[in-house]
Amino acid sequence: MSNIAWEKVKLARHPKRPTSQYIIKELFSDFIELHGDRSFGDDKAIIGGLATFNGQPITIIAEEKGVTTEEKIKHNFGMPHPEGYRKALRLMKQAEKFRRPIFCIVDTPGAYPGIGAEERGQAQAIAYNLQQMIGLKTPIIVLVLSEGGSGGALAIGVGDYVMMFENSIYAILSPEGFASIVYKDASKADHAASIMKLTAQDLFGFKVIDSIIEEQDGLHIDSQPGILALKQELTHALNKLSKLSESKLLDRRYQKYRKMGVFIEQGETHVKD
Amino acid sequence: MIQVSLLASTHSWRRNVVNDFISQRKEKLEDFKKNIRKKHTIAEPIDIPDGLFIKCDQCGAAIYEKALEANHSICPYCEYHFRMGAEKRLYLTIDQGSFKELDGDIESVNPLSMPDYEDKLKSGQKLSKLKEAFISGTATIVGIPCAIGVLDSNFMMGSMGSAVGEKVTRLIEHATQEKLPLIIFSASGGARMQEGILSLMQMAKTSGALHYFHEKRLLYISVLTNPTTGGVAASFASLGDINIAEKSSLIGFAGARVIRQTIRQELPEGFQTDKFQLDHGQVDLVVHRKDMRKTLYRLLMFHQGKKVSNE
Repeated sequence: MSNIAWEKVKLARHPKRPTSQYIIKELFSDFIELHGDRSFGDDKAIIGGLATFNGQPITIIAEEKGVTTEEKIKHNFGMPHPEGYRKALRLMKQAEKFRRPIFCIVDTPGAYPGIGAEERGQAQAIAYNLQQMIGLKTPIIVLVLSEGGSGGALAIGVGDYVMMFENSIYAILSPEGFASIVYKDASKADHAASIMKLTAQDLFGFKVIDSIIEEQDGLHIDSQPGILALKQELTHALNKLSKLSESKLLDRRYQKYRKMGVFIEQGETHVKD
Repeated sequence: MIQVSLLASTHSWRRNVVNDFISQRKEKLEDFKKNIRKKHTIAEPIDIPDGLFIKCDQCGAAIYEKALEANHSICPYCEYHFRMGAEKRLYLTIDQGSFKELDGDIESVNPLSMPDYEDKLKSGQKLSKLKEAFISGTATIVGIPCAIGVLDSNFMMGSMGSAVGEKVTRLIEHATQEKLPLIIFSASGGARMQEGILSLMQMAKTSGALHYFHEKRLLYISVLTNPTTGGVAASFASLGDINIAEKSSLIGFAGARVIRQTIRQELPEGFQTDKFQLDHGQVDLVVHRKDMRKTLYRLLMFHQGKKVSNE
């Protein structure tokens, strides 16, 4: 039996797959990076800054894994600390002030599990972003580029329009973490992936995401078709969202997340859609 | 001189070795007399019914179960707070007879067709005597009305899937609508693995509801009890106006095992305890279980603009 989900996991982590900095360069010619959370430091696992898209200013928040070994270490393999999430929120609030839309690129195995991260309130930083992003008075568009891992992804992933590349994955936990918790054996990650429902197609089915961006041969072979499709999707989403009034935009965003989940009540199944 | 002193030190070294040897033998003999030989002469153990005594997780003392019950499930020897079910938590917190349950008919399904999930739900229901890991409603605390919810760690480690997320969100929305102060006791391993991405989305759903709750200038007190970790710590449990850690609780985002594997070093003593969270500025207060109701009452009173005695 072929394990499509595991194939997707491998594609999502392919060493030749472009990272956020490449996508930013391809989409925006005038990107200016802005640094720091103003309290502790500058977490390089999250890149933030300004650019224009179709002549309109936009704020960009992106998790960056790094390409070379040196870069990977610098960007902590895309695993943010609390100060990274706080920097992201600072820049998002700035975007709200200047009425710029926000474009978030999710690409992380998860928030960093370390002593410093716990000491500085990883849980609080993530929670606060979730609470604040629901109420940000400006459109938020999210792209899952390759890997969306747990709360570390969601903490910059709450938005009005969420897209996923065809070969990206998005899950409650990495397949390795899931296997280690559920089967007490991280090496059963391939099996875990097959039952976790973590592909873009699965998530579209659950209405957790709004669109899938086709890659054709795959971003690791030729990124151009995917980038072109992304540009079109981003243009479309920005046009659509900019037409909405502030209250309509916020109401729509709240209802989008409000409806997520499946349960029964007095014997009636609620498949919220 | 040097030779003499060397010789002398060799002599004293030898004497020490011999003395050590003798004392060790004596110790072993004593040990044999006391522990090993005695075992053969010990009387048949008295038949003690199971569950009458409970061993303390922290100090290892055997505690008479009824004494533990009467002591708020706190070890009388070392003050360790045992994990407590939702029902008992409500009993210790709210005014007797004041609880009106909300959304009591919500139950989980198996949206990802995850193997064994239904069995786990059934055994969770049996252990906790609840339909889901979260019970919610309205109640009064020393006469003050509030919306209150409690996670039960006996139900699949208090994990949050769609049903728990929905119940938490509805409680927050009810409190927002009725302008009630909100109290949530968390005890959870985090988002529920068996519902995958849908569990993750409950973090955004519950936190989002709190955004609109806070906009109405209403009071939310989050009480983090043993344990509060993962996706619950990283959503509604960390978003109180006042975050209280109950004494002897484990609180954090990532599990200790994952952190140890990632950083490949031992974790400092007291890592992720209630005191750790207080020392690092993550909670407002650490409160002993016996003082919890009183503390909640005092905080509720302040928010009604009423003076509270320092008793």
